[in-house]
Amino acid sequence: MTVQLTHFSAAFVFALFASIVFGITHRETTREMVRYGLYCFALFLGGLLVAGWAMWLVRR
Amino acid sequence: MANQTTAKAKAAEPVQPANTMSVIAPALGWLIPGAGHMIQKRWIRGVLLFVSIGTLFILGLLMQGHIYKANGGDILEMLGFIGDLGAGGMYIVTLAMNWGQGAIAFAIADYGTKFMIVAGLLNFIAVADAYHIAIGKKQ
Repeated sequence: MTVQLTHFSAAFVFALFASIVFGITHRETTREMVRYGLYCFALFLGGLLVAGWAMWLVRR
Repeated sequence: MANQTTAKAKAAEPVQPANTMSVIAPALGWLIPGAGHMIQKRWIRGVLLFVSIGTLFILGLLMQGHIYKANGGDILEMLGFIGDLGAGGMYIVTLAMNWGQGAIAFAIADYGTKFMIVAGLLNFIAVADAYHIAIGKKQ
């Protein structure tokens, strides 16, 4: 059995699970964990979109 | 002056004696991701870590990622091995079953390889967190 993810879905899954682990391990309280996890997730996906558009601009 | 600062810093940190849990929790957490938290009754955190790290590793395998061995020779392969090793039991099972031995022939397989390395590295962080809980540095 193999899985064929698109580039975006692979990055999404990566960002989701890495953010969960970062949130749990880098903060003390539950509220802070959720906030930090969401912050990391937003940065991962934001960075992905910015890098994608930057490469699109460089290519033109 | 420097000695005073060091002495104050030492006085501020409560001394925690090494206990059995500070050894068992990291070891178990390395073998099974999240188990180091579960054994200390942090059930939700443990389950989330298990699901997150486990899913990343298994997805990496299913994406036909490559698993590194100790005798890689190349420095990059050795670094990959260190990352993979962090996944603990999943890495041992993968090696025993001879999975993940194919060449990295396309982009998704390369992503899969990175997924497994990152899963291992994230588990190292989870192990350190379990240790900090065991010694009382974190709740």
